[in-house]
Amino acid sequence: MRTDALRLRANVIKVTRDFFWERGFLEVETPLLIPANAPEEYINPVATLPSWQLQTSPEICMKRLLCSGHKKIFQITHCWRSLERGSRHLSEFTMLEWYRADCDYQALMVDCEELLQHITKTCLPDKGYFAYNSAKIDPFSPWQRISLQEAFLRFGQADVWDCLRKGLYEEILTSVIEPALAGFDSPVFLIDYPTELAALARTKPGDNKLAERFELYLGGLELANGFSELNDPVEQRNRFEGTNRARICAGQAELPLPEPFLNTLATMPASAGIAMGIDRLVMLAAGVNTIDEVVAFTPEEL
Amino acid sequence: MYTVADLKKGLKIILDGDPYLVVAFDFVKPGKGQALYRTKMRNMINGSLLDRTYRSGESFEPASLEERTMEYLYKEGDHYTFMDQQTYEQVVMEEETLGDAKNYLLENLKVEVMLFGEKAIGISLPNFVNLRVTATEQWAKGDTSGNDTKPATVETGYVLRVPPFIEEGELIVIDTRTGEYSTRVKG
Repeated sequence: MRTDALRLRANVIKVTRDFFWERGFLEVETPLLIPANAPEEYINPVATLPSWQLQTSPEICMKRLLCSGHKKIFQITHCWRSLERGSRHLSEFTMLEWYRADCDYQALMVDCEELLQHITKTCLPDKGYFAYNSAKIDPFSPWQRISLQEAFLRFGQADVWDCLRKGLYEEILTSVIEPALAGFDSPVFLIDYPTELAALARTKPGDNKLAERFELYLGGLELANGFSELNDPVEQRNRFEGTNRARICAGQAELPLPEPFLNTLATMPASAGIAMGIDRLVMLAAGVNTIDEVVAFTPEEL
Repeated sequence: MYTVADLKKGLKIILDGDPYLVVAFDFVKPGKGQALYRTKMRNMINGSLLDRTYRSGESFEPASLEERTMEYLYKEGDHYTFMDQQTYEQVVMEEETLGDAKNYLLENLKVEVMLFGEKAIGISLPNFVNLRVTATEQWAKGDTSGNDTKPATVETGYVLRVPPFIEEGELIVIDTRTGEYSTRVKG
């Protein structure tokens, strides 16, 4: 069984790579070991060398490539997030990220549709759909876009801002919203997140409480997170410092700031970037329910 | 102390003073959100199931449980007394805690007693026990009713279905996992 999954995994990665090459994206490699990640309240990097860390995402280095003039770049790489392990999580996992200069998050949503349709045609020609738990998801049926607030109101009869204030956001999202999304037979984008949930995203024009961020769900499984990039270094530094204040309040270690990134951010054109979990993409293609089934070895097997 | 990072299937922890066994566990973390640790746990004393969700920073007291070989001594009312043959230490368990195990308790039977601190919270029996039939109806030869079993009472008071040829006073083997008749002890 695992042999079939590994064959499918190799195929999905090859087809994904071809997809971006054919569309004129430059495949890049950036260092895995870096002095600072973008600090996140709930993501803990794996520390290795004294004061250096394994990347939690290649975003910092990839955005610096946008600053130096690259317009369309992608990367398939490994990321590490400390102590994340469950049926959908591995502490070390494989991430696909791509970035587009002179675009916003709308362009990335179109990319997602084309990529998943291309993978289905090429890797799943007979089956023709993705699957997770009991859901079958057809990437050729019309994709849904629902604002996060609308999803909270419609499926949870709750206001997302209210849930955030009361510390119920994660609980409602995972126990009410995600199961409701599992009922869709097409992929669903949740769009427009409260700014506090999007530390590196640009806010919507004329509404600084909402950020241009989206999450892609298939069968209730979160597959990708994309946004229009914030390129205001002052605002970005404020948000990073706010994140660190929140970490300290919660008894977490303060994280170092990526200074060279902050120093070049002003030169970054209006851009959009997205991270998609390759392991989860393979889970959906294989129709399996645990991440263990799509990797060569789990940490427990090492 | 355990932290949320130690949670996994099979972990035993103390909750509200009772020992619990983690029977299902998943790590849930929505994008950029806080991690949730979802567990399903079984109370090791009364067997009830409980769903609990934890967040980073929470900690748990390990439940230390010990299994000891003890001999069943006697019953007084609803209370059953067992003794450790090495230390002569005695523990008492209530009928409710023993559940179906009480059906097979014959004096001097060796069982594994699960101890939570000083308190006995359950026993494991041998898979098979031998018990003598104290009452059963005579099998009428030529009975055409089609019944291929009949009720029988054994020396612990337990009633089960046995084949028609079993007679009063016979020793039979009972499978304690199913509560069913297994075979007849010849001799």
